[in-house]
Amino acid sequence: MDFFSVLYYRFKKVWKAVRLYLVIAGPGLVVMIADNDAGGITTYAATGAKYGYHLIWFLLLLIPVAYYVQEMTVRLGAVTKRGHAEAIFESFGAFWGWFSLIDLMIVDWLTLVTEFVGMTAALGIFGVPAWLTVIIVVLLMSIIVLNGRYWTWEKIALGFCLLNLIYIPAAFMVNPSLSDIAGQGLIPNLPGGLTNELFFLLMANIGTTIAPWMLFFQQSSVVDKGLQEKDIKMGKLDTFIGSIITVSIAIFIVIVTGTLLHGTPIDDAATAAKLLMKTNHYVGAFMAIGLFDAGLLGAICISLASSWAFGEIFGWAHSLNTKVKEAPWFYISFFITLATAGVVPLIPGAPLVLITLFVQVIAVTLLPAALVFLILLLNDKKTMGEYANTRLQNIVSTLIVVSIIILSTLYGVSALFPNLFQ
Amino acid sequence: MRTINQFLNKIREINQRYSKPTVEMSRAVKISLAVLRVYLFLLVVLMVYKFITVMNVL
Repeated sequence: MDFFSVLYYRFKKVWKAVRLYLVIAGPGLVVMIADNDAGGITTYAATGAKYGYHLIWFLLLLIPVAYYVQEMTVRLGAVTKRGHAEAIFESFGAFWGWFSLIDLMIVDWLTLVTEFVGMTAALGIFGVPAWLTVIIVVLLMSIIVLNGRYWTWEKIALGFCLLNLIYIPAAFMVNPSLSDIAGQGLIPNLPGGLTNELFFLLMANIGTTIAPWMLFFQQSSVVDKGLQEKDIKMGKLDTFIGSIITVSIAIFIVIVTGTLLHGTPIDDAATAAKLLMKTNHYVGAFMAIGLFDAGLLGAICISLASSWAFGEIFGWAHSLNTKVKEAPWFYISFFITLATAGVVPLIPGAPLVLITLFVQVIAVTLLPAALVFLILLLNDKKTMGEYANTRLQNIVSTLIVVSIIILSTLYGVSALFPNLFQ
Repeated sequence: MRTINQFLNKIREINQRYSKPTVEMSRAVKISLAVLRVYLFLLVVLMVYKFITVMNVL
């Protein structure tokens, strides 16, 4: 074959792989980018404002952490064709099943409340009243879900994922020093030593990278999309690209607040957006738009994770490919979860700080269980066959899971008893 | 009342359906589940303690 024939043959091969990827891409990208939800944006904004670029290296470490945990749900979903809730019920019995399901419902609902808090605060910056934001979000999400096709829902969700990239131009607009980013951010260091404050922020970054709803969401999403064993390779690639994008967005947020707000105490991302507006109106506006989008993406995925899990266990039809008439309980549970969570931020004097605390604490009860079940399920050779964890995968995933369990437990306990580690 | 009964029947049916775990109960699985039970028990104790102390302050 001549040179051009070889080139053409290789191009065709690559193009075929790209097209296949574009068909299969979705669950991994959506779950990973939605991982940067309203709470996540606040954590990254606070990280940059407090420690500048110094913790960028730590965020980079979270790429393999997020990937190794989430790719297991791809294999599990594609092989068993069951969501995570159903897999736990079937493999470990009703006790662990109910524990996981009820815990998931509570964590998801509380997290949804925090997403609404983020969204109302973000649009509040542009003068939109909170009640109007809640109505717009509930209507918008209902329309997206009620279209009756998983494919359409996924493409709309990917559109919102694209909007999450708004932090990239924002970071370029603040003219950060590349040498500072490389010098301070890429060399592992603990600014000021391992203080309680730094430790809490590191744990918060881990906590926002791996959340219980992500495991349930991605596995159910893989099942609803209909991915097969042959699609696992592309599904894993999708998850890997998603994990790179999510950490990249986090880094760009750190760069924005690290450049303009370094040394300023930040309680939430909306406050960061307001402060940024004083320095650069557009950057502040981008931060606020990104916060709203992050809350919306988080809300889309979290409410679906609950409805899918409910449907799996109660035996209701639970697919986005079904119409309301065919799966009424799936859509009713979705709407009730969404609407009730949306109302909470509108209640005057609602205990929002307590809710945020509860999210951290209750997530700590569910996350270790869900992760342990995940590894045990991936070692069930009878079910998983050739897709069961290899020895290397077990070593890596066990190390990651044990680290996450220890750190998230410390995070949860320190949220319960703030003075314990001082 | 009928709806509650239907719901309770559904719960019983689910409990029945998933009464026997299908995963092979190897030593690793048994140890993991036992450790998980202890871990969760300790967390619940901590949460109850926190709840009681908060209530006492109020």
